[in-house]
Amino acid sequence: MLNALQQLGRTALGFFERLGRGHILFYYLLLGIPSVLVRPRLLLQQLFSVGVLSLLIILVSGFFVGMVLGLQGYNTLVDFGAEESLGTVVALTLVRELGPVVTALLFAGRAGSALTAEIGLMKATEQLSGMEMMAVDPIKRVMAPRFLAGFISMPLLAAIFSAVGVIGGYFVGVGLLGVDEGAYWSQMQAKVDLHDDIYNGVIKSLVFGVVVTWIAIFEGNDAVPTSEGVSRATTRTVVHSSLAVLGLDFILTALMFGDN
Amino acid sequence: MMHSRSVEIWVGLFVAAGLAALFMLAMQVSNLSMLNDDAGYDVTARFENIGGLKVRSPVTMAGVRVGRVSHIGFDPQSFEAVVTLHISSAYDGLPGDTSANIFTAGLLGEQYVGLEPGGEEEVLRQGSEIMLTQSALVLEQLIGQFLFSKGAEGEAK
Repeated sequence: MLNALQQLGRTALGFFERLGRGHILFYYLLLGIPSVLVRPRLLLQQLFSVGVLSLLIILVSGFFVGMVLGLQGYNTLVDFGAEESLGTVVALTLVRELGPVVTALLFAGRAGSALTAEIGLMKATEQLSGMEMMAVDPIKRVMAPRFLAGFISMPLLAAIFSAVGVIGGYFVGVGLLGVDEGAYWSQMQAKVDLHDDIYNGVIKSLVFGVVVTWIAIFEGNDAVPTSEGVSRATTRTVVHSSLAVLGLDFILTALMFGDN
Repeated sequence: MMHSRSVEIWVGLFVAAGLAALFMLAMQVSNLSMLNDDAGYDVTARFENIGGLKVRSPVTMAGVRVGRVSHIGFDPQSFEAVVTLHISSAYDGLPGDTSANIFTAGLLGEQYVGLEPGGEEEVLRQGSEIMLTQSALVLEQLIGQFLFSKGAEGEAK
């Protein structure tokens, strides 16, 4: 009985300890950002591995998600004789929800796991301790550039995802199913609002970018320095950041679109 | 560091593509013309009932969009809704006795304010009030009136 209670207490304390370490790391990451701006070359390298290398999966899945939306939306709307609103349906779904959320999930799987594995291995092979020995701050040198790169890449990737998705919906709706081309674009332009929809989508993707990269870097830095520890940390990154993205998405949606 | 030049080119391409996508979303997908509405003037109109009119609903004249609803208030003295209409400065020659009606786009569509021009020389300016207004048609009231008149007919027979 007492042992079970002790176990519970230990688990809870461990949870809060990790939470605290995560926030301290977040604080140091923010402090490290100015020193990244002094060395843009580090940032460039990370933008390449975090952003450019995620581009292909984003382009392909964006196009297919847009095509599916076009097809599903058309099949539903045609019952009401409202297939002209297909453009609105596709654009609003992508810009408000699917663009930021699916991009963040793919980003967690593609870039987040790679970040965790990279940093975890650096820790396991004592490269991070080596840097400290040489008086190089690994947070400023290794983690802050990756954090900033994730922060910059996510909104760009989400915008690319939405834009490609709209084109995919156009391809299926107008090209294959025969929705009027002018109606597709004009209904979309009439209903999608720059401030309410597009800015809020960008804000969402910024938040997701911060959260996913933060979780990825924290898990890498916090990994048990063995090969098993790194693999578990990588799994945790994908699971935790996906859950965080989906949960945060609900909260952000309620805040942004709740009052109308 | 791997081919630094090609890394730079790829990152440049990535950032350019991202910005282009944002730009496309802003220009092609959304109604950017909303932003240009900032130059314009506000007129108010009082309605007995605005139905489902909302802030940002369109204001049209002859079917052309000339502005949007910028504010909806309530006058506690007269128990009327006070609707502020923001009209683009491109349409600054509207006659002073223009009337405002609340219409519904289609059977289930959203509601909007339709303006009908009058014949006065005087034009609407910042702060003017539209005196001639017609409230929204509320479907329940209409059905109620119809039922009452049917009932009255039945009694007369």
